[in-house]
Amino acid sequence: MEFPKNLTYAKTHEWLKKDGDLVEIGLTDYAQDQLGDIVFVNLPEVGDEVTMGESFADVESVKAVSDIYSPVTGVVAEINEALLDAPETVNGAPYDAWFIKVKDVSEEEELLDADAYEALCKEGGEA
Amino acid sequence: MDKKTPLYDRHVALKGKMVPFGGYIMPVQYDQGIIAEHMAVRTKAGLFDVSHMGEVIFEGPGALATLNHLLTNDYTSLAVGRVRYGVMCQEDGGCLDDLIVYRLGEEKYLVVVNAANHDKDVAHMRPNLLPDTTFTDISDETGLLALQGPESKAIITKLLEGGELPEKYYSSSQHVQLAGIDCLVSRTGYTGEFGYEIFCPADRAADLWDAILAAGADHGILPCGLGARDTLRLEAAMPLYGHEMDETVNPLETGLDFGVKMNKPDFIGKAGIEAHPITRERIGLKVTGRGIVREGEDLYAGGEKIGHTTSGTFCPYLKGAYAMALVTKGKVSVGDTVEADVRGRKVACEVVPLPFYKR
Repeated sequence: MEFPKNLTYAKTHEWLKKDGDLVEIGLTDYAQDQLGDIVFVNLPEVGDEVTMGESFADVESVKAVSDIYSPVTGVVAEINEALLDAPETVNGAPYDAWFIKVKDVSEEEELLDADAYEALCKEGGEA
Repeated sequence: MDKKTPLYDRHVALKGKMVPFGGYIMPVQYDQGIIAEHMAVRTKAGLFDVSHMGEVIFEGPGALATLNHLLTNDYTSLAVGRVRYGVMCQEDGGCLDDLIVYRLGEEKYLVVVNAANHDKDVAHMRPNLLPDTTFTDISDETGLLALQGPESKAIITKLLEGGELPEKYYSSSQHVQLAGIDCLVSRTGYTGEFGYEIFCPADRAADLWDAILAAGADHGILPCGLGARDTLRLEAAMPLYGHEMDETVNPLETGLDFGVKMNKPDFIGKAGIEAHPITRERIGLKVTGRGIVREGEDLYAGGEKIGHTTSGTFCPYLKGAYAMALVTKGKVSVGDTVEADVRGRKVACEVVPLPFYKR
């Protein structure tokens, strides 16, 4: 289970990476492991607004559908279309498989650093 | 408090993700995941712990009459060593459970029931025994493994020390010695693939599990959890109690007519089934839109609601999403397009024949 130090983390198991003015958002290693084999990813469209604490995408594993929550409020600048055809990338390389890049970020929830997030996952008992 | 099967420690050691199911704590998958486990069964071999299933014995001069009274199928012609499916109905024809009957001797039958229905089934069976029938619940002392997949025969043959393996589909063989363990082996399963189900004493189940995994290592065997069990049975369009049938569904509505003998003089539920006009049918759907249609989604044809899905998932071997549904009879036929309402989004599905996958 990996928790890269250069990322920040939301309690709802998304990772964030600052990329200039953009914020890249993806799903953590812990989350993909909990979900199991992912077979569909549904993404918003470029230009859509995302709102802190609200769902912006969903992933379907064999077992269940799960909402992905945005830790920030802003506007979708880019989407990772490669995930639509290769959703298994989320399992294989969760920290390369970004979902969206967000611009015009106006609000950001309280995020965790790698150590704090790892501790949160360990509390869950299965990290 | 959920019970543990005799293999609980093995599941934990193999990094099984443990979840409550049918009153037991069971592995939903191991570390390679549902897709790898599913594909192992279709192309090589998979080993399942199904010790949570219930096993009861009906014995004595009245055993056959009791089974014919309790169950929808006719067991009169069931030969010793053969196996037959059946449904147990309540008086109004609703399904209490579906089950498998093994004739072990002239007057001895083994019945395997769903784990989640075990207590309810036993409570229904005991007061409905006909005279000269002994009923014994052997669930707790019985271990049950399912070895499924095209390599199953090569693997089990390596462990064979005595007795004979059953050859025919839906036949069984007692006192088969596998790795020093006395087993009942049947050519049955719940995956749509070639395979065996193996009953053994509960206290030897872990030894048998270890022996099969070791013998199967060169054949690509994987331990498989409930997740793959569900995707495999759905791909093969096998009904699951609580999904394709329950106490509100009569077995003729859900496509189980092959296991319901209405020409038997009587059985519990016969009058209820006869009194109930058949207005629904079970159909198969291939999802042609994006995403997965799971159970409990409303289905529409031409804007009219025609029913709901009873099971649905991603089928790894067919590489697509499939579902089964109970719909108003005669509304749609194979080739038609229907829409499922998935979380407010309309997803297109094509009506396709059952089963989706056949070996």
